[in-house]
Amino acid sequence: MQRSLLIDPGKCTGCVQCELACSLEKEGIFNPSKSRIRVFTFHYEGRFVPYTCTQCSEAWCMQACPVDAIALDAGTGAKVILDAACVGCKVCTISCPFGTVNYNSDTGKVIKCDLCGGDPACAKACPTAAITYVDADQTGYDKMRVWAGKTDAGAMASTQYGGT
Amino acid sequence: MHHIVIGAGPAGVTACETLRDLDPSARITLIGDEPEPPYSRMAIPYLLVEQIDESGTYLRRSNDFYARNRIDVMSMPVSSINPADKVISLSTHDTLDYDRLLIATGSTPVQPPISGINLPGVHNCWNLADARAIATRATPGTRVVLIGAGFIGCIILESLHKRGIELTVVEREDRMVPRMMDEAAGGLLKRWCESKDITILTRTGVSGIEQEGAGLSVSLDNGDTLAAGLVITATGVQPNTGFLQGADIDIDQGILVDNYLETSKADIFAAGDVAQGRDHPTGGFVVQAIQPTAVEHGRIAAANMVKARSVVHRGSLNMNILDTHGLISSSFGQWMGVEGGDSAVLLDQDRYLYLNLQFGGDHLVGASSIGYTQHIGVLRGLICSRAPLGAWKQRLLDDPTRLMEAYLGSVQGLA
Repeated sequence: MQRSLLIDPGKCTGCVQCELACSLEKEGIFNPSKSRIRVFTFHYEGRFVPYTCTQCSEAWCMQACPVDAIALDAGTGAKVILDAACVGCKVCTISCPFGTVNYNSDTGKVIKCDLCGGDPACAKACPTAAITYVDADQTGYDKMRVWAGKTDAGAMASTQYGGT
Repeated sequence: MHHIVIGAGPAGVTACETLRDLDPSARITLIGDEPEPPYSRMAIPYLLVEQIDESGTYLRRSNDFYARNRIDVMSMPVSSINPADKVISLSTHDTLDYDRLLIATGSTPVQPPISGINLPGVHNCWNLADARAIATRATPGTRVVLIGAGFIGCIILESLHKRGIELTVVEREDRMVPRMMDEAAGGLLKRWCESKDITILTRTGVSGIEQEGAGLSVSLDNGDTLAAGLVITATGVQPNTGFLQGADIDIDQGILVDNYLETSKADIFAAGDVAQGRDHPTGGFVVQAIQPTAVEHGRIAAANMVKARSVVHRGSLNMNILDTHGLISSSFGQWMGVEGGDSAVLLDQDRYLYLNLQFGGDHLVGASSIGYTQHIGVLRGLICSRAPLGAWKQRLLDDPTRLMEAYLGSVQGLA
């Protein structure tokens, strides 16, 4: 069974340990701006929302890449940047409608969540279980998928969403 | 079933890949007209700085991708197509019969009507052959004149500059990237380039190019002349439709397609730069000539080639991201705004930051930015999902940088 990151904003205290753990795991430094997961602050609502790539099945980033530098990890389902092939053109960063592929100007390449090969550091670091790594069918991404469907340029003729 | 795909760029290769996924037993033929394996023009700037070699430009990296997917790849110009008999003619006078045909022939640089445009040392920067010629001539100290400060002109600036050349850019219009950015943004880009010792001449045309000794002399319409060892033209591209003369396929700016990417002739589809397809969010039909649209077209056209009218093309969003010598800009959808719509603008001249959001009623309909690289794709999410922004609209008007929060709050309902 493939697993996914399950994010429960109601449990997040905004401690950003996930960001620190991610940047340490991926960049070897404590620098939240290099983290693949980010915690967004909602002042009006008094709420924190951790957010990262959902490894969506549409994989706009992977489709849009002009040099085949984003690959599917068959074990985890993650869409993974192949650093050696990425030229840094950034087309994936505008293609991802979730805003979860980012350009790293230090390396000249893009970065995104790769689920740490199946052992995500953010989930291990979260002290309140706001981020857990669980069976994919428990994560309730259905709603997100509806919006993904609205974003996609193509729609099955029989199930066309509203829009143009 | 024989699918023929003409054009080995992103639209054509994506179409072939999708055709094979959906139609395991079909015969698939991919016809390009360049000698190299299918490659990406978008990678050329990175080839010019020798960050990658030519194989790093290939659209599919695996050596056996085409063989494994049983895609017959040919390199051969197509001279004509005959929709009545469902047959195409190659430049060798051989013919091929098709059941479904995809035209994904891309575009070609526009040659500006300037005397001397065909002289040795005057090049486009469009294909691998151009890149090799530029790499040979653009040696340290060479004076280079780049005609055109549009998307392609800007994206090759850094590659050229890093080769140690002296660069002058000549642009006829009043600013850089006029079809992607407004005056404020174009001004920031110009000042940035000038801070990198690149000369940018806007509102300036080239009246002629002449051979002068071993080099070239470029005459400007303001009366000045520039000496150059290399002239690069980047004044726009136009769809490759010349070979369709006599095929009686409806063409406007590009090949007109319907919501299934099918042309006015049954069983003939078009995709990518050559196609005039549906635009999101306007609903009009335009030639976008961008990578993400080419891929979307290729995928959707292929699905409809396998099963008629199975996937609707609801429209692709016109969007670009551009790295002009390290200053990163992007534009999405109706970045120029819509009548009666609100806008939110943030401009910080000193830090080269610009963010311009355009609203139509309660929705985001377009945006442009300079200096923002984090979570920028969410602009696409906000525009394409047509999410009612509600309270988030006023918050964005107050602080346009809170895009991600607006998306999570209004689209994902997470706040």
